[in-house]
Amino acid sequence: MRQFLIVAPILIPLAATAVTALLWSRPAAQRFVGLGAAVALFVATMALLAEVISGGMLVGQMGSWPAPFGISLVVDHLAAAMLAITGLMGLTVAVYAMGPGAKERDRAGFQPLFHALLMGVTGAFTTGDLFNLYVWFEVMLIASFGLLVLDRTREQIDGGIRYVMLNLVGTTFFLLAIGLVYGLTGTLNMADLARVAPDIENQGALAAVGVLLLVAFGAKAAVFPLFNWLPASYHTASMPVAAIFAALLTKVGVYAIIRVFTLIFAHDQALFGPMLGIIAMATMVVGVLGAASHYDVRRILSFHIISQIGYMLVGVALMTPLAIAGSVLYVIHHIVVKANLFLVAGAMQQVGGTFALKRLGGLYAARPLLGLAFLIPALSLAGIPPLSGFWGKLVVIRSSLEVEAYVLAFVALAVGLLTLYSMVKIWNEAFWKAKPETAPEPPAAWTMTQRIATFTPIIVLCGVTLTIGLWTEPFAAFSITAAESLLDREAYIAAVLGTNPVQLTEAVP
Amino acid sequence: MPASFILRVAAPLLLWVPLLVSFYLLVRGHNAPGGGFVGGLVAASGLVFFAIARGETAAIAVMRLSPASWCGVGLLLGAGSGVLALFDPASGYLTHRWWFPDLPVKLPLNTAFIFDIGVYLVVIGTITAMFFALVAED
Repeated sequence: MRQFLIVAPILIPLAATAVTALLWSRPAAQRFVGLGAAVALFVATMALLAEVISGGMLVGQMGSWPAPFGISLVVDHLAAAMLAITGLMGLTVAVYAMGPGAKERDRAGFQPLFHALLMGVTGAFTTGDLFNLYVWFEVMLIASFGLLVLDRTREQIDGGIRYVMLNLVGTTFFLLAIGLVYGLTGTLNMADLARVAPDIENQGALAAVGVLLLVAFGAKAAVFPLFNWLPASYHTASMPVAAIFAALLTKVGVYAIIRVFTLIFAHDQALFGPMLGIIAMATMVVGVLGAASHYDVRRILSFHIISQIGYMLVGVALMTPLAIAGSVLYVIHHIVVKANLFLVAGAMQQVGGTFALKRLGGLYAARPLLGLAFLIPALSLAGIPPLSGFWGKLVVIRSSLEVEAYVLAFVALAVGLLTLYSMVKIWNEAFWKAKPETAPEPPAAWTMTQRIATFTPIIVLCGVTLTIGLWTEPFAAFSITAAESLLDREAYIAAVLGTNPVQLTEAVP
Repeated sequence: MPASFILRVAAPLLLWVPLLVSFYLLVRGHNAPGGGFVGGLVAASGLVFFAIARGETAAIAVMRLSPASWCGVGLLLGAGSGVLALFDPASGYLTHRWWFPDLPVKLPLNTAFIFDIGVYLVVIGTITAMFFALVAED
């Protein structure tokens, strides 16, 4: 059962991709299969999370090849949480994608690509092998490029090419790092790397590998100064696509940074800690300032993804249990909130006819429920108590005060204030002010089914945000457990390699 | 510009030769250089050549299913070949099983070969899909 659970998050989207590709000429059947697979993925990831909470870390050796030689799949607390949240996002976005525009999307191949993307994401969260992680990055990149240019408009192709070019540069750095680290250690299994890394003689070369990996994962996570692909492309995607991108893609980069820098480069914290701290601060500030300067809902939200990534890196920069717990809690909260904001933005466009704030207005009077559905994630993003973002920010800022990183704490607070400014700007312009003269005609009326498909995910995600906010205790406790298991490197190594690992790597000079 | 008469007539022959070679590569690949990936590339080159000679529509008619469906079948075969292992709690996913039936000829049957066939089909589907997209007129 445990062997099945550990591969299920990869196998279910894989099967869904295959079956929906087989049904290429029958979009209605594809949608049905896609929804079923999303439900199955959600159930499987929740079961996996329950199994990890009750029974500890799960390790699987693919093809029964022993650890440093074959590919290991490892699901610890952090990975299980990320998988569960991926399952939730997959399900909510799959439902949301049945709203307006579903027919056109499905005819263009939305379903196979969507599930291929989910497979790339779950694979990246599950794997315990550096090269396998690279493969999942590529799967994600290919699927996401297909999703980005789904409508085949000039704007989308333009954004898509920038997206692919900048991401290819990132993955090339990743490949370079893999080559170097294999030359240095003779292994690519992350647990094995963690075992041998502190004893390598040429620590300078290993640090270079760390920097290369930081560039590669940083480009994926859209940190300063490698974030340019994100605002260049996200606003062109159709709304369900933008929502799943915003929820998961950058977070895979963050996850990879957390995993690699707590596991393999933990002994070199003196170098990477300050570096990550500076990157985190720069990312927060640049992202939030970019958002403040824009007047298109999608662009504002895209820049806020960047700014929030900074908060998630604080944990790895400080490397204390509390700081890492803060990062974990922040990632979980952020995925839910950010995806929801994009879903709400899609609904706003459906009601108001545009994404441009100058031409929107009067949405609160027209749709009070939509206003509420916007306020919950927006205020949570800004960190207003008692919503989920408050607790995430609280833990992050407290942990930086504990280690006397006052500048970091101050930047985090100031950026929170500016986030509130952006959210209030959207609220004032789109919901509060009277409908302007230039307001476009909203698109044709939508059917009841489309409304249900649009609003059910939004309401569910609002519920999750409120739950994390009002009943924080279990989530906080889980984050602390996850952080402790991330810092307990010996346990991870022993779980993957067994108590008596094969000593092949000793032969390498 | 339409392909020359000679090319159009010779097209079926030029389709079957690469296909035969690709089967050989696929089967040989288990213990020698070859395998699903190379075999798939060779088979796809045959189909691409056929599409140049007779046109994209004729090539899709020869393939019966759309390229995306070929990928789908291949993915299912590849993923399915490892599922058997899941029923054994001691072995990981994709642990392959072998079976040597008692026959006068040596015939090693195994699930790894099913995986290879899956790769073969995915490669054919992907390459032809890319080629048809590149030459499509619209």
